Amino acid sequence: MKPIKRMTQTAMALALMASGAAAEGDLVIYHWFEYIPQDLLDKFTAETGINVTMDTYDSNESMLAALKAGGMGTYDVAVPGDYMVKIMAGEGLLDTISDGELANKGNIAPAWADPSFDPGRKHSIPYQWGSTSFSVDSDVYSGDINTTDILFNPPAELAGKINMLDAQGEVLATAALHLGIPQCSTDREQLKALNELLQASKDNWVSFNSDTAKEVLVSGDAAAGMIWDGFSAKAREEKASITYAFPTQGYVVWMDNVVLLNDAPNRDSAIKFMDFLLEPENIAAVSNFARYADGLTGTAEFLDPALATLPEANPHDGAGPGVFVEACDEATQAVYDQIWTNLKK
Amino acid sequence: MAGGAATGGSAAADTYKSARHWLLLPSWLVLVLVVLAPVCMMLIYSFLTKEFRGGVIWEPTLAAYDQFFFDRGLFGDDPPKIEWTYITIFWRSIWQAGLATILSLIIGFPTAYFIATRPERTRALWVFLVTIPYWVNLLIRTVSMKFLLRDQGPMNDFLISTGLIDDPLRIVNTNLAVQLGLFYSYLPFMVLPIYASVERYNFAMSEAAADLYATKWTTLRRIVLPAVKPGVIAGCILVFVPSLGAFLAPDLLGGAKNFMIGSLIEEQFKGNAGNWPFGAAAAMVLLTMVLILLMIFARQQRRAEASP
Amino acid sequence: MSAKTDVKNYTGFRTLTFVCLFILYAPLVVVTIYSFNASPSITVWEGFSLRWYGDVFTGPESGKFKAAAINSFSIALIAATLATIIATSAATAIVRGGIFKTRTLSLGLISLPLMVPEIVLAVATLIFFNAVGFTRGYMTILVAHIAFCIPFAYLPIQARMQGIEDTYEQAAMDLYATKAQAFRRVLLPLMMPGIISGFLLAFIVSLDDFIITNFVKGAGVETLPTAIFGSVKQGLKPNIMAISTMLLALSIVMVTLSYFVSKTDNTK
Repeated sequence: MKPIKRMTQTAMALALMASGAAAEGDLVIYHWFEYIPQDLLDKFTAETGINVTMDTYDSNESMLAALKAGGMGTYDVAVPGDYMVKIMAGEGLLDTISDGELANKGNIAPAWADPSFDPGRKHSIPYQWGSTSFSVDSDVYSGDINTTDILFNPPAELAGKINMLDAQGEVLATAALHLGIPQCSTDREQLKALNELLQASKDNWVSFNSDTAKEVLVSGDAAAGMIWDGFSAKAREEKASITYAFPTQGYVVWMDNVVLLNDAPNRDSAIKFMDFLLEPENIAAVSNFARYADGLTGTAEFLDPALATLPEANPHDGAGPGVFVEACDEATQAVYDQIWTNLKK
Repeated sequence: MAGGAATGGSAAADTYKSARHWLLLPSWLVLVLVVLAPVCMMLIYSFLTKEFRGGVIWEPTLAAYDQFFFDRGLFGDDPPKIEWTYITIFWRSIWQAGLATILSLIIGFPTAYFIATRPERTRALWVFLVTIPYWVNLLIRTVSMKFLLRDQGPMNDFLISTGLIDDPLRIVNTNLAVQLGLFYSYLPFMVLPIYASVERYNFAMSEAAADLYATKWTTLRRIVLPAVKPGVIAGCILVFVPSLGAFLAPDLLGGAKNFMIGSLIEEQFKGNAGNWPFGAAAAMVLLTMVLILLMIFARQQRRAEASP
Repeated sequence: MSAKTDVKNYTGFRTLTFVCLFILYAPLVVVTIYSFNASPSITVWEGFSLRWYGDVFTGPESGKFKAAAINSFSIALIAATLATIIATSAATAIVRGGIFKTRTLSLGLISLPLMVPEIVLAVATLIFFNAVGFTRGYMTILVAHIAFCIPFAYLPIQARMQGIEDTYEQAAMDLYATKAQAFRRVLLPLMMPGIISGFLLAFIVSLDDFIITNFVKGAGVETLPTAIFGSVKQGLKPNIMAISTMLLALSIVMVTLSYFVSKTDNTK
């Protein structure tokens, strides 16, 4: 009996310690993976005394799924992309930021201060923006890569060695660009063509993975793959032959935003964190790490000079238009969901 | 499974008869609340309506099962045809699990037999050699397998350096990798029950057969195997059932393209799909399949015990 | 005598056994070797180094893994303890409670977590907790673990208890011991190896669990497997290999320990 009693006591003590550690009036953020440097979070803790816990996700859609599956009330802030902010606002998941709550709101660059997905920035602040396209290992294929044919109609050297992002919005948008049809189209013929294109291209794709989008290119498991521009820049640091493409048909651009979630358990800490990220020096730290661009004024002096000349951030002359992903209405979205399901199964 | 043995025990053991209901109360409480009720809730959910972008609306419908079995075209208004995709996924999972079971049997049976026939002193050592890897986290074992097999991993490096092959063997992200992953995950589950059965086997019977001029392999086939059948069947079930619902092996080794049931269900709740009733329906189909399998096994078991 | 060993040995079985062991250990051994790799790249070997072991405890991700480890071990300890207690009392009722109507039903209920595929359990628990408003976090993981640890603790305990004749307890009660005393002083000590086995089994199962934990965990709460999964999804890094090697060492220790525990029992 004694050993059991002692074990129970130890167990209780550990439980108290563990559950206590998790609920210290700190900040709980839900963030993209491999995006914000740990040093910056440590700096925030040092300045404010607030402990930060972070969970990660690899796509806008899985973030939404997790929040709707009982995640509301447990996270303070999340980092959705442009179209996802609009969706979340529509679903009532976002809390409103009153005027004056954010001391540093004036730092937002005018271009990003009043976007269509969040007029007046009532729920969000700009975070990082960039593009989503694909990269090719130039050692494997040295031809012209600036066309979406690489993904949907690849040359022999790349067939069967292409990784796609596990992200419905961006993949379908890129496919739409390849076909030249509008996103959220309701034309049945166009939708059928989209479905068939994806089904036909599937054989050339080796995997659907966002987490390992960089790693598969660096390790050679894939010779080409969809990837975000900053992530590709980091891949190029590890393997110089990885080249980012700007297709003539166009490519996806996005802006990630930090939003204040409804029922945030630590709302005050969340506001402080958002203010923290509105300081040029801090947001520059994110850019320097993730290799994306920021949405504030006055960051130039803190940014890594290499960022300005990154090939991934500077589309060449022949590049097509950069388009944002569009969120469709329920009926249309159902068809796109079906196309995506057809693709994944 | 354990039930058969328990009821066959000492029939007169009723020392704690008066207290038995109190003694059972905690287990009933926990298991009903945390296992039975959730499974029932899942059954209910499979009949509810899917809410746009995740969640459920409490309106009964057969939509989830309909989506599973019938294909109504891209726009939902074609006349229903049989939806082969999910059935294919289930079939692929059954086939993968079956293959993994057979592989485990081919390697596991001789291993178990060999270990059981070692001298008693070293027997325990062999058993532990087989079980130690099992105690390492399944996740880590799966990842280690991936590391070993990848295109630029140690195995390919070794094969290329010895000149056996010129290009790396592309194993990761194929069905073969998933196969190996499943087989690797559950191999000890095959070895141990067979070992337990063989250990209890009376080798005098083999000797008698040898005296009657039976070859060793005939003895194996006609005497040993029937005698250790319970262990073999237990091992097969212990490998087949988890492989059927496996998630890690197809996810990490299959490249998220070789969808098995586990990945399909996971995608509904954590991935992009967000269709809870459908996920619940798929889970119910899996559960039903497994329960039917177990009932067949239980009936076989009872029949085996009844006949002398 | 030679005839006896003859019927036991089949050609090729020894080879297959070694193949089996090779397959079981090869990936783990390879990972262990590479965990000592001085280079941060996992494809190039650059020499022997202990840096990744240091990195696990002091590197940038160490805080995350430390918290995850504390969660994993505390949950495993509590869940295994409670599951063992519940399983012991259930086993006492089933093995020593005579024949009663709900006996097979109880047995079936206890086996339920074993029969239901893990992914189904995970999804069902997620749905249920969501429906009743049980906010996901540390407690949800703990509750789920207690439930599925019960059958694992139960099996060795029942096996052991069935092997003990109830004559000892009858004798004690003939000597005017109460049922509680008979249980505590006669049955329990005799059952101890089974209880310890059950506890260890439940402990390992809880520590190891990934799928159920991944579904029911809450914001910011990670266990060791989920933390490793999150890290591994972005590629196998050397510090994960170090963690893997350490867990392998831990398992060797635990298995050796349980071996010696069972040995002392046999010599009794």
